[in-house]
Amino acid sequence: MAETLRFHYDVDGDNFTSAGAASVEVKRKLRQLGFPAETIRRVSIAMYEGEINMVVHARGGAADVYVEPNCITIILADQGPGIPDIDLAMQEGYSTAPDNIRALGFGAGMGLPNMKRYTDDMKIETELGKGTTVTMKVFV
Amino acid sequence: MKIRQIANLLDTQVLCGEGLLDDEVCSACGSDMMSDVLAYVKDQAVLVTGLVNPQVVRTAMMMDMRCIVFVRSKRPTPEMIALADENHIVVLVSGYRMYEACGRLYANGLGNEAKA
Repeated sequence: MAETLRFHYDVDGDNFTSAGAASVEVKRKLRQLGFPAETIRRVSIAMYEGEINMVVHARGGAADVYVEPNCITIILADQGPGIPDIDLAMQEGYSTAPDNIRALGFGAGMGLPNMKRYTDDMKIETELGKGTTVTMKVFV
Repeated sequence: MKIRQIANLLDTQVLCGEGLLDDEVCSACGSDMMSDVLAYVKDQAVLVTGLVNPQVVRTAMMMDMRCIVFVRSKRPTPEMIALADENHIVVLVSGYRMYEACGRLYANGLGNEAKA
């Protein structure tokens, strides 16, 4: 694998049932490429949480994954409402998810903290009313 | 502990993965909040939950789990069973409630090596 592989996915914001489909696909591809199980798990969990966030808070968005032999980069971009207070959003247990999402098993305020926990680097760019882009890196 | 033993201890029905019942698992996680399940990367092979939606199966897939036990006789949809089956995840349904189901597994040594 000499060059960077790029995978692009549109995350459907209207369909909670299919949320996570892109992460499943990335997991499958990384397995085919022979990455270590632990690396694959970290990438897919971080991306899965991000995908769920995009569906819950931002009516979907776009996911791009760049795969290099020693680094996997996940970029999740949405045109949602933006995050007013990133420090608060990063606190475990803090969530603005509505009750119907909690009933589905999410909205425990663990999404962003989990994404940070599983990645080696995470950057959040957000603008109120414009959207949010989360860039995560996992080193192999 | 073999998955078969979990099925016996919790008096379960096996909805898929019959052929995997002799696989060994050594840890479990009981929760209805999928983000809490995803917070612990340590190998957790069994998910005990009362939540029924496709994200339960997807969470188990992300965590490389081997078995999902639905408590309180909750029935997963045919789509969920098919998704689990495709991904070699055993699906069990138990009439026990979450508290007792976890207690039974723990007391019998699952995730508790000292008593195994």
